[in-house]
Amino acid sequence: MRNMTALATVALATAITFAGPAMAQQKGEILIGTQCDRTGPTQIVGIRICPAFQDYVNLVNSKGGIEGFKIVAPEIDNEYKVPPAVEAYERQKQQGAVSMSLYGTPQVQALNQKLEEDKIPSTSPGFGISASADGKRFPYLFPVAATYWSQGAAAIKFIKDKLGDLKGKKIAYVFYDNPAGREPVPILEDLQKTEGYELRTFAVPPPGVEMGAQVLDITQRYRPDFIIDHLFGRSPSVAIKEYKRAGFPLTKVIGLVWASAEADIDAAGGWQVAEGYHTMQFAGAGDDFPVRQDIKAMYKAQGKEPPKEMDDTVIYNRGLLVAALHVEAIRNAVKANGGQKPTPEQVKKGFESIHEFTLGGLVPPLKVTQEDHEGGGWVQIFQAKGGKFVKETEWFRAYPEVVSNAVKKAE
Amino acid sequence: MFHRESGVFKTSYAADMGLYPLPIARWAVAAFAGLFIVIAPFALSEYYVSILNLILIACVGALGLNILVGYTGQISIGHGAFMSVGAYTAANLVTQLHAPFWITIPAGGVMAALIGAIVGIPSLRIKGIYLAIATLAAQLIIEWTINHVPAISGGVQASIQVPRPTLFGTPLRTQTQLYLFLMAFVVLAIVGTSNLVRSRVGRAFIAIRDQDIAAEIIGINIFHYKLWAFAISSFYAGVTGVLYTYYLGIANYEQFQLTVSIDYLAMIIIGGLGSVLGSILGAIFVTLLPIMTRWFLEDFGWLLFSQADLLNAIPNLRLIMFGGLIIFFLVVEPEGLNRLWRNIRNYFRVWPFSY
Repeated sequence: MRNMTALATVALATAITFAGPAMAQQKGEILIGTQCDRTGPTQIVGIRICPAFQDYVNLVNSKGGIEGFKIVAPEIDNEYKVPPAVEAYERQKQQGAVSMSLYGTPQVQALNQKLEEDKIPSTSPGFGISASADGKRFPYLFPVAATYWSQGAAAIKFIKDKLGDLKGKKIAYVFYDNPAGREPVPILEDLQKTEGYELRTFAVPPPGVEMGAQVLDITQRYRPDFIIDHLFGRSPSVAIKEYKRAGFPLTKVIGLVWASAEADIDAAGGWQVAEGYHTMQFAGAGDDFPVRQDIKAMYKAQGKEPPKEMDDTVIYNRGLLVAALHVEAIRNAVKANGGQKPTPEQVKKGFESIHEFTLGGLVPPLKVTQEDHEGGGWVQIFQAKGGKFVKETEWFRAYPEVVSNAVKKAE
Repeated sequence: MFHRESGVFKTSYAADMGLYPLPIARWAVAAFAGLFIVIAPFALSEYYVSILNLILIACVGALGLNILVGYTGQISIGHGAFMSVGAYTAANLVTQLHAPFWITIPAGGVMAALIGAIVGIPSLRIKGIYLAIATLAAQLIIEWTINHVPAISGGVQASIQVPRPTLFGTPLRTQTQLYLFLMAFVVLAIVGTSNLVRSRVGRAFIAIRDQDIAAEIIGINIFHYKLWAFAISSFYAGVTGVLYTYYLGIANYEQFQLTVSIDYLAMIIIGGLGSVLGSILGAIFVTLLPIMTRWFLEDFGWLLFSQADLLNAIPNLRLIMFGGLIIFFLVVEPEGLNRLWRNIRNYFRVWPFSY
């Protein structure tokens, strides 16, 4: 027995010692460093958004890559913790990544300074800080998706269109009590001055799995004309369920982007419970996009079933959007570089020249510039109707001057 | 093999109380110091140095927590919060007063020590698992406060950007520069802890851990020393927080949540409670094990999984392997890696004549 354990220890130690990290990069390959969270607190997003990224990269490679270059996107799971994210970043940098797809708000913030020092561009869709839309102050960070500020403004515009006039109307802002949850508040307060609505904020303490009393307070005592939900994780579904139970019409609720996936509807008890619920999206939801059909065809050609992650179209499509923008930025960079392999700096310029790239309607009409790394702050509203999300509005952006003032003011 | 004790005669009390009883121990430490201070940062590539940096930061925190848990026998699951106290103190000093690191690091430590001492007050009345819950409350209160008081948390998203530390006018940017910067504090922490635990204060800590009533009877002021233990331990935690802030260039409360407290507890339990070497081994183990299991799975994972499943399998398997290895090492040696090392050393000490 003693010998067995000793043997096992030695065997394990040897195996781990000889298992060094694979560092070599092949010629003719372009590397995108990606991070993910498939096991941590945000895994509900990670397990769908990351396979989508890989599927898109495989699709591009199956069609011959980018201008002859094969894309490699090694993925490292950071468990939503900062030290593994730092390790992953350093490793992918060493491997020669030309762009990074970071994952998670604290991770993006922790690595922002490294990105600037190493001059490597990174996307941070829905993570990080709204002020990073400012390309002058955050030159290597590309939020690409609509920031929380743009989302808050868009929600107000949507409500205004629904209710006609906002003067004297009561809006409840229900948010997850963390910095990301609080972020849209200044925008809502700014707009209050011009639109004249009454605003009350309701902080949901994490993890937000028990909201019964709070929802009663909102729906029975405050009686808002519209509710904006800015919740994460398990809490959006809890909120939907409780609104339903309190008899509040879900047609008067709009969820911001992390409260708007099929998984949330399922967790709330299915589509009949959530009927009428409005959701905000920064990538098109649903199956009617050519790129999704291409991916299905790619799997079919390999004799496989399309992955079940595709069924959650909201999150999966966001993964496609992020991957597509990376590929597009690299394509721009390769072209600008005369067909040669680009440097990270050139890929940054590639991001900044993304324009009129819509991927069959899945990607909003972004115009990323050196100043505007958000690309405009476009969103679409979908409504839960008869078992799926139905598009309610086209791509739109709201109060751009209010949002850009806030971006400029942020220090 | 390592230690030849025969022929070493001590002729003074000072020699008997020395940190290293044997000359070979001194040489070994000097060799290790040379390897890690002079050779490692320049011989290794940036990626490996960055891993070492994460270990160095963890070392300081683990040493501090071990003073409290391992030496004094008081438990704390609020150390993540004490780190954030240090981090935000330093971040505010840097951004508002442009204080240099040799002010912010002690300041962060002192602030954390003050808060830690306050949190330690209940330890006079409550012990063990009850104290654990009291410190857990501290973790939550501090997290909430940082999150909700803009005067502390500064800018957007409760995070404050901090410029790199500067030494003689040059900002320390590269991993190698940061490595040497962090190493200086790790050396201070190691020397400080090893000397603390064989001082009057350290012996009082150990007496309290072993039997607090007996300690009180022989004249140790328990309240006084328990608070000191909390304060010193929190000082280390605060310094860890500041180092972390400098290393990443940002103070963010999400880096110091409850899971971090648990990680540090895991470090000292795996490494060995009540030992300096154990804290370091634990910090190395807990930081390196997930990274190494990933290397291992990337190299050998294809034996079990298809390429597409591998991406999903690696993070999950890594957690399972991580947990499994922790259990394995604790079963092999419940007193931690430090004891494991000493067993190996004792075996070779008399080798090949083991009886």
